[in-house]
Amino acid sequence: MSVVLDRLRTRFPSEVASTHSDFGDDTALIRRERIVEILTFLRDDPELLFDFAMDLTAVDYLGESPRFEVVYHLYSLEKRHRVRIKVRLHEEDPVIDSAVAVWPGINWYEREAYDMYGVVFRGHPNLRRILMYEEFVGHPLRKDYPKAKRQPTIGPEE
Amino acid sequence: MPEPFLIETRGGKLDLQAEPMLINIGPSHPATHATLRFQATLDGETILEMEPEFGYLHRCFEKESENATWTQVIPYTDRLNYVSPLMNNVGYVMAVEKLCGIEVTERCKYIRVIVSEISRIIDHMVCIGTNMVDLGALTNFWYFWKPREEVYKVIEELCGQRLTTAYTRIGGVMADLPEGWTDRVLGVCRDVIPRCIADVDALLTKNRIFIERTMNVGPITAKDAVALGFTGPCLRAAGVPLDLRKDQPYLVYDRFDFDIPVGEVGDTCDRYMVRMEEMRQSLRIIEQAIANLPGGPVNIDDPRFFLPPKVKVYENIEALMNHFKHIMEGIRVPAGEVYSATEAANGELGFYIVSKGGGGPYKIKVRPPCFPLFQGIPHLVKGQMIADLIAVLGSVNIIAGELDR
Repeated sequence: MSVVLDRLRTRFPSEVASTHSDFGDDTALIRRERIVEILTFLRDDPELLFDFAMDLTAVDYLGESPRFEVVYHLYSLEKRHRVRIKVRLHEEDPVIDSAVAVWPGINWYEREAYDMYGVVFRGHPNLRRILMYEEFVGHPLRKDYPKAKRQPTIGPEE
Repeated sequence: MPEPFLIETRGGKLDLQAEPMLINIGPSHPATHATLRFQATLDGETILEMEPEFGYLHRCFEKESENATWTQVIPYTDRLNYVSPLMNNVGYVMAVEKLCGIEVTERCKYIRVIVSEISRIIDHMVCIGTNMVDLGALTNFWYFWKPREEVYKVIEELCGQRLTTAYTRIGGVMADLPEGWTDRVLGVCRDVIPRCIADVDALLTKNRIFIERTMNVGPITAKDAVALGFTGPCLRAAGVPLDLRKDQPYLVYDRFDFDIPVGEVGDTCDRYMVRMEEMRQSLRIIEQAIANLPGGPVNIDDPRFFLPPKVKVYENIEALMNHFKHIMEGIRVPAGEVYSATEAANGELGFYIVSKGGGGPYKIKVRPPCFPLFQGIPHLVKGQMIADLIAVLGSVNIIAGELDR
């Protein structure tokens, strides 16, 4: 097992649901409750030092339970390693704590995941739509949103 | 009417009673070079607050990809960063190949390096050229546009297209290099590009007007740049030598001798200097790659992933069926998920791909290098003049195609 996953498992044994290194990508599935604490640990631990939040997105596994998955991709400048952190969220309660306090750069990624999938990031300073317009109804990247569906383009406010 | 308020100036004195002015720039504005929008709150000409907005060029790349086969996604990737489309092609197929466990041939790796580096050069040319137009130095724009045309000619010869290249395939490339192509690339790289770089260098690098216009305009510290997720020339200009070609070498980048230029203060001038030097380093890589370009097959010989030769399709039934399956159903990619990152001209271009084993992707997420850069624009320009926004925006090189996807 890789150093990163090993360390994560030792520090948070009850929070890490499962890990794998398929295709050479270290991946950990985490429970959502202490996600900010875990991400802060990944950033600050001297052996891990994940100072870059390279990417955040969500995946809609329609028909599975829990339905949504939030995926973080982290990179360490000094250690030159990567890790993928995943959190599963139920359809009725797609809420997770925001990581903006850990990496300010993750702000817009969370807005995009909210816009496209309807995942709510609790404590986000400005959780608005980012690609779509405010009046847009629904979340276009959800698997049950029809590809060809059209909505009226509504003009600017006022 | 909003309440008038007083703004403290640097001397500790209070400025005239003023109320901040809200100014809207874009989404259709010549200086944004793309459909971007800014809402700036100004005190006089100083930017107090800035709210960038985008999404005007959103083309549902990710939704469309979920309804296409693996190979059909390749042309979509051209439209991400349309200034250097070949790099997106390479980045995407590398992600799919990682999922399939394909090791492409040596010749293919070298070809991909060559096309990536010529794309990097034209990308930087566009960035510097247009940035200088905004600052009133139109000559540099023409000095860079002419060699860019020469590069486009060799790209056109390579894949029949100038912009929408779709050159790579999963397990190889669309076609091997045309006869004498490497000589023509070397001709461009030896005679045309170094000359124009020298010309622009002579016009700008020690030009007092240019230096005063760009130095300390839009600076960022290394710490802030990392926290905001900057990558590519904008991060290296701030002094962080992160370059995936060195740090996590992919293809055959570990076999070449090249340097990573870094700046100091991360301002517009540093970004310009880093890009100029990167073009020279890319030329070095191309020289070495062409000198060591191995012969042999360019595509993998694996009927599961690569189309059979057309002659065989006409001749025997297995190849015909194979061809039919590839086109109608798509190749069979194993279930799983990968994240694959390459160093594109603007920074880390990442593809996160989820496969459920079908003929097409279940989910593709692009990590466009522009996304965090655009997010950082308010940080770069806060407290600076409104005219500096134009200088900073050009030097950061926001490409709406990959920003909005």
